Amino acid sequence: MTSRYLAAAAAFAVAAVLAAAPAQAKTLVYCSEGSPENFNPMLNTTGTTFDANRPIYNRLVEFRNGTTEVVAGLAEKWDVSADSKVFTFHLRQNAKWQSNKNFKPTRGFNADDVMFSFERQWKDANPYHKVSGGGYDYWSDMNFPKLIANIEKLDATTVRFTLTQPNAPFLADLAMDFASIQSAEYADALTKLGKPELIDQDAIGTGPFELVQYQKDATIRYRAFADFWGAKPKIDTLVFAITKDPAVRMAKLRANECQIAPYPSPADLPALRADPNLTVLQQPGLNIGYLAFNVKKKPFDDVRVRRAINMAIDKKAILDAVYQGSGEPAKNLIPPTMWSYNTKVEDFKYDPEAARKLLAEAGLSGGFETDLWAMPVQRPYNPDARRIGELMQADLAKVGIKAKIVSYEWGEYRKRVQAGDHMMAQLGWTGDNGDPDNFFATLASCAAVPNSATKWCDKTYDDAVTKAASVVDQAERTKLYEQAQVVMHDQAPYFLIAHSVAFQPLRKEVTGYVMSPLGAHLFNEVDLK
Amino acid sequence: MIRFLLRRVSLIIPTFIGVTLLSFMLIHLVPGDPIEVRVGERGIEPARLEQLRHEFGYDQPLWKQFIDYEGQLAHGDLGKSVVTRESVWREFITLFPATLELAACAILFAMLVGLPLGVIAAVRRGSAFDYGLMGVSVTGASMPIFWWGLMVILVFSVFLGWTPVSGRISDAFFIEPWSGFMTLDCWFSDDRGACRSAWSHLVLPTIVLGTVPLATIARMTRSSMLEVLGEDYIRTARAKGLKRNRVVVVHALRNALIPIVTVLGLSVSALLGGAILTETIFSWPGIGHWLIESIQRRDYPVLQGGTLLVAILVILVNLGVDLTYGFLNPRIRR
Repeated sequence: MTSRYLAAAAAFAVAAVLAAAPAQAKTLVYCSEGSPENFNPMLNTTGTTFDANRPIYNRLVEFRNGTTEVVAGLAEKWDVSADSKVFTFHLRQNAKWQSNKNFKPTRGFNADDVMFSFERQWKDANPYHKVSGGGYDYWSDMNFPKLIANIEKLDATTVRFTLTQPNAPFLADLAMDFASIQSAEYADALTKLGKPELIDQDAIGTGPFELVQYQKDATIRYRAFADFWGAKPKIDTLVFAITKDPAVRMAKLRANECQIAPYPSPADLPALRADPNLTVLQQPGLNIGYLAFNVKKKPFDDVRVRRAINMAIDKKAILDAVYQGSGEPAKNLIPPTMWSYNTKVEDFKYDPEAARKLLAEAGLSGGFETDLWAMPVQRPYNPDARRIGELMQADLAKVGIKAKIVSYEWGEYRKRVQAGDHMMAQLGWTGDNGDPDNFFATLASCAAVPNSATKWCDKTYDDAVTKAASVVDQAERTKLYEQAQVVMHDQAPYFLIAHSVAFQPLRKEVTGYVMSPLGAHLFNEVDLK
Repeated sequence: MIRFLLRRVSLIIPTFIGVTLLSFMLIHLVPGDPIEVRVGERGIEPARLEQLRHEFGYDQPLWKQFIDYEGQLAHGDLGKSVVTRESVWREFITLFPATLELAACAILFAMLVGLPLGVIAAVRRGSAFDYGLMGVSVTGASMPIFWWGLMVILVFSVFLGWTPVSGRISDAFFIEPWSGFMTLDCWFSDDRGACRSAWSHLVLPTIVLGTVPLATIARMTRSSMLEVLGEDYIRTARAKGLKRNRVVVVHALRNALIPIVTVLGLSVSALLGGAILTETIFSWPGIGHWLIESIQRRDYPVLQGGTLLVAILVILVNLGVDLTYGFLNPRIRR
């Protein structure tokens, strides 16, 4: 009898010890910089919203972590026709859908979900097209309405996209967040429930984490999705602690209230680097900051004037004074980390004397008056446009050009630049998908003139860029883009300022975190020591 | 009393119309609309811009947009956020408890500390304590909140590690928002650790938000008390042999309270203004944070609806203050 009691007591003690010491759940806190607009990347354009959605969703193809290389996602493999117009995707059969209080999936991911996700953005007749206000900006911006001729479900695991014209960057486009895949079955369930808008709020996906709770302006809480088709996340809980002020984000990081915090102020970097508990990663950003010459206006229609200004401005002084180690001088439109970057192009040398001579050749020996627009806001590629404008203004005065600095409210500024009201304007670009076409064609092709800041249209450049977009072979595309960069340098429609460097401070105990050249923050492979 | 109340309430409707008109005009004076702000470097085809503006009704003349908005308000509809597509009322009601919780703690802190300090300074007029307190209160009243917030975070959270940096509760706790008041919700969660965490998260924002009202209350209490302490009836009370504490607390303080209550009422609108900065520094998910963002995004419905709701709040608080006067000084009721 006694021994039975003893055995029961021992069993109870062991059970109590086990209960008291459960396996330590790993929680990673990321101090995000803002609240997402909602939980559907199709409807949005901001990095903050994309970061909050990436743990949940997958796309047919994905960017390999830390690179812009396109790899298999929900499509295991794909075939591209010889003319790069037909893309056939063979879908993964082991991808499962997450669940929530309104929905328990009865099937895994299949072609119906792909059809639903693209038709929602594409077709007015789709019942979900207008849900959450519609507005598929990226779908329009990537020219999909004109590019896509047809999307067909060949069977439950095969989908075929037919394009109206050859388009090599199409695969990279499909790896972008707006091409995330939602569940058609969930959409049907919500329609029956009479709450279709929940599809973009209580989101479910096939990704590595499922959404547990979102408290506006406070936290987003995710847990690792046990049935994720890929490598299981090493952390159990992922929390986005929404912290808008950069100084506070860094204070939280130092106090170990979060383990990763994005977008530090340049002024905080020395202190962050000196902190023995932190590591500061850095990577050249996929961006370009530039001063655009409006070639539709005199005297910027004359290439000699554009070249003269390229020689009159001291780029190094701008980098030293304004970027303070967080930028590298730009000589091509694309950053050096991107394939097809032409290393042979030689940047204009700072030479005010030569600039003056060129101006004299252009009949402007007495100089001229111009405006010089400076954005009112800080952008990833330009930390202080006003200060840069002042430095440029001083350099231009030395060669006889009187530049007046002009600025408007940001929305107004962009609108007026697009309308071509300026003579010279600072602006820039952050890449979407790592394909050079996303810089060369988007910013400077003849088709981009209505939106571009230069209004520059050069046939040789345009032919090279247009052809490059229709060729599948990357070596051939590289050659064409290299030619385009030479033409751009010779024609000098821009004064290219810099590619800024992105910094990512994190705690030393974080392992497996890789910076994305696209500015994404991904936690699939992150672990805590 | 009822007539007094009715007179005050009848003034609310024109105030509402004035507030909506003012907020509508001010936000439309700022260049750019929600669609232009969203576009960024990418640019947008003019035809598409027009189509979107048409969908949201921004292509209508301003007077028509205003009348439509007023009509919508008359039906009790504050509209939907252009950015999140959520109803403005739902967003407000989700976020407001956080602001209320912080503001209540801040005003309580300001009163509990400011009132006694002001009384002591008045009683010990001309002493080192008095001069010291007045010096500190001038500093407190003129403290830039943003700087002050960052300083207390650096000292108490980063260097000393006594308090959390920001947020409402540690991320280790998962509390279902039931009432929206974290100090209450954590109580129902039966997790005392969560409550400790919620209270510790309140300490710094309360101090930062409460600093300006504290300084104002301390100064106002001091000057009001000095005035009352010089009155004949105080001398009489003293002459009757009443204890000093009783003279100060019962006879002087109650009569000195009227101007202090006025300051408290005015402090509420100042608190809401201060909450915008405090909430930004401490990542406090309240309406201050929300309104600032709506300005940046030109989210007209949120900005207009939010301003209106805050105005209602200030009006109600002022009404409460007026009623308190009546309670404190019966002559005002007539």
